[in-house]
Amino acid sequence: MTDPAAPVVEMRGISIEFPGVKALDGVDFRMFPGEVHSLMGENGAGKSTLIKALTGVYGIDGGTISLEGTHVAFGGPAQAQAAGISTVYQEVNLLPNLSVAENIMLGREPRRFGAIDWRAMRRRSAALLQGLNLDIDPGSLLGDHSLAVQQLIAIARAIDVNAKVLILDEPTSSLDSDEVAELFRVIRSLKEQGVAILFVSHFLDQVYEICDRLTVLRNGKLVGEYLVEELLRIDLVQKMIGKELTALDDLEQRARSVVVDESDAATFVHASKLGRRGGIQPADLPIAAGEVVGLAGLLGSGRTEFARLLGGIDRADTGELAILGRVTRLRTPRQAISHRIAFSSENRRDEGIVGDLTVRDNIVLALQADRGWFRPIPKKRQDELTQSYIQALNIRPANPDALVRNLSGGNQQKVLLARWLAIAPRLLILDEPTRGIDIGAKAEIQKLVFTLAENGMSVLFISAELEEVLRLSHRVVVLRDRRVVADLENDGLTVDALLALIADGSVEADDTLLAASVVASDAAPPAASAPLAPTDHAPGGRA
Amino acid sequence: MSAVLAKVVAHRLFWPVVMLLILFTINLIAFPGFFTISVRDGHLFGSLIDILRNGAPTLIIAVGMTLVIATRGIDLSVGAVAAISGAVACSIILGSPEPGSLATVAVAVSVALLISLVLGVWNGFLVAVLGIQPIIATLILMTAGRGVAMLITEGQILTVNSPPFKFLGSGFWFGVPIAVIIAAVVFGLAALITRRTALGMFIESVGINPEASRQAGVRARGLLFAVYTFCAFCAAIAGLILTANTAAADANNTGLFIELDAILAVVIGGTSLAGGRYSLLGTLVGALVIQTLVTTVYTVGIPPIATMVFKAAVVTVVCLLQSPTTAEAFSGVRRRLALRAGKGVAAS
Repeated sequence: MTDPAAPVVEMRGISIEFPGVKALDGVDFRMFPGEVHSLMGENGAGKSTLIKALTGVYGIDGGTISLEGTHVAFGGPAQAQAAGISTVYQEVNLLPNLSVAENIMLGREPRRFGAIDWRAMRRRSAALLQGLNLDIDPGSLLGDHSLAVQQLIAIARAIDVNAKVLILDEPTSSLDSDEVAELFRVIRSLKEQGVAILFVSHFLDQVYEICDRLTVLRNGKLVGEYLVEELLRIDLVQKMIGKELTALDDLEQRARSVVVDESDAATFVHASKLGRRGGIQPADLPIAAGEVVGLAGLLGSGRTEFARLLGGIDRADTGELAILGRVTRLRTPRQAISHRIAFSSENRRDEGIVGDLTVRDNIVLALQADRGWFRPIPKKRQDELTQSYIQALNIRPANPDALVRNLSGGNQQKVLLARWLAIAPRLLILDEPTRGIDIGAKAEIQKLVFTLAENGMSVLFISAELEEVLRLSHRVVVLRDRRVVADLENDGLTVDALLALIADGSVEADDTLLAASVVASDAAPPAASAPLAPTDHAPGGRA
Repeated sequence: MSAVLAKVVAHRLFWPVVMLLILFTINLIAFPGFFTISVRDGHLFGSLIDILRNGAPTLIIAVGMTLVIATRGIDLSVGAVAAISGAVACSIILGSPEPGSLATVAVAVSVALLISLVLGVWNGFLVAVLGIQPIIATLILMTAGRGVAMLITEGQILTVNSPPFKFLGSGFWFGVPIAVIIAAVVFGLAALITRRTALGMFIESVGINPEASRQAGVRARGLLFAVYTFCAFCAAIAGLILTANTAAADANNTGLFIELDAILAVVIGGTSLAGGRYSLLGTLVGALVIQTLVTTVYTVGIPPIATMVFKAAVVTVVCLLQSPTTAEAFSGVRRRLALRAGKGVAAS
């Protein structure tokens, strides 16, 4: 990757304007064959817009695009794909009810006498999958595979058209570490074949592991292009957000200083033997007022399932939940909300925001639902509420009438948080609130969690990033294979210790876990069925 | 100035209103007295009044349909419900010793409306509780309903001679046709109830994202029951007006294909069949477009055999104008023009 002669893609002075916004302002961008390139920037920096300009989704208002030295202007993604630029999006856009082969060949099925040549189709897709070293039956239904495998199939589909440039938009946001490794293996083999790969991800570790070169954007402008090995992480972050990032360090110190006074803090909720078949084994969990409890575990470990029981999203079929000492059955989210328990789903798009409603409507929705349809919140009060949350959470654009679907991911998450904060919850359950959002927004959300807990709100916090769990939580509950394996005070806990528990639950070697009250570690199933491999019933796990 | 114009063009009601105005213009050319409204025998009289009066049943059903469609649903059974309510009212009036008394008609109308509530709850049950797709769930009542109406009328066309009942369809109040007044009341109440309370927001929210709405504590099930029941109620009112207008209950033909006109009115009005944001005002314009079309056919003298084709052509144009692809093409042109204009200013 030293000075390659000819870039395969060269974009110069790209400008795109939307009414009132300069989304891209004179941005240069280039990619060389056989390199993995990352596009870095905060939400709203212009990454997606640049990708959409390259793939012809948006027309450009200024600048030029060349592919292998010739000027191009694509009328749409189909033309871009025909020219060798393929895109795999964050959400897998495939058809779960069709076979793997059909998905790979969709829209360009091999034909004989006008009819689809099924045998050729199967043969070609099998060859493709083999080329990526994937052991997948082309005849199997796509929907039967985990999300990670579906993602790889999407890549197989993308490279079938002789791709010169492959764009991967947040491909790892729902993969576990094994699956990421598998994806990286595929990326490396494509790289050897001379494909230029654009890898967009919020995970700095992954960017540093797989990428050769990166381009940083900020506010629609080019900050610069760098070789990854020559750019320190701290410098990268600084370039992305354009200011010194001290917020996270401050938090760390604050976390250490906050101590929940266990003696007089009332237990707000107490789950005893709460469980649901196929979701989570019966488990106990007390949460005190003002306490932040972190749930650590892989995807599919039961962490989300447990949280959903506490939030009334799913019904528990065993055990009971006591709220302020009174046993309560939560049958619907509505009941949970009336007990001031708010559950913020990890699936922001499908279970969180209501895209076609305004920021204002989205923020007041839960509060209004709790009041009932007949007692509308006065318009003035709605505006006050919305304004105060837009300011407090720094929601951009600061327009209460903007449709939420037009906001960036981080801002959608903030709107969702505002919705839950508006009901003044006593327990706020946050399932992956910082996934897929940029560092600035992440720090703001983490800071918020602290402030809330200091004011007496209990928080149940789920995150795939163990550092984040450790930074924020007073207590950490570890889950593995759909059961709670440990409930620990966050006092000298380390990521390595947590990893060990998540991996196999054996704690005998861990002398550091002095306060550890390890639950059910002897009842845990044999290690063979446990470790980091994705479980069969879940889309995949994640370390 | 051009910014104002752009805003007007971008408004969701722009194309339906333009369509309506074009239809009005065609009518005016073919029949110069089109806009004239006179008073005869103390009643308002004129082409516009006819459009309003004849369009009233479609509008009433379309109002209910709008709310159903906003929740991602559809109600195909409205025509059948209209037929049932007409059949019920007529058979009660016929069976009574005093068909002309106000009390008899009041009972007949009340019973017909009550039965429609039951039918609406049935649709709501199929959709909200059993989770059947709305198009299938309401198809059941669409086909079975006419059979029920047939049983009620025993296969006959029930002709009633009851002045108070007849008044519902062709009477006037302060010179305004009763049907128009009823439609105005239904429309006004629906707008008031959904937009002055949080009901409208909940309906849209459920239509856009049912699971997110559930998790936010919105009672989606109750909401679905409410909209299907309201829609059936609207259908029954329309059925009574239609039946009263001819003073006869015809199980086979009362409200035939009215569900399609109602759905069309909603769609022309800019409410998406995919659910979500709805516009009752749009539905009003849509219903007027459809009824004006029918009138246009007569005033312009289009031969009856070509009527359907003409109607289809107009509807196609409206739908094309509203499609996202067309909108995008238009906005692309607009954006470029605006940019060019901006650059021109900068250069000079």
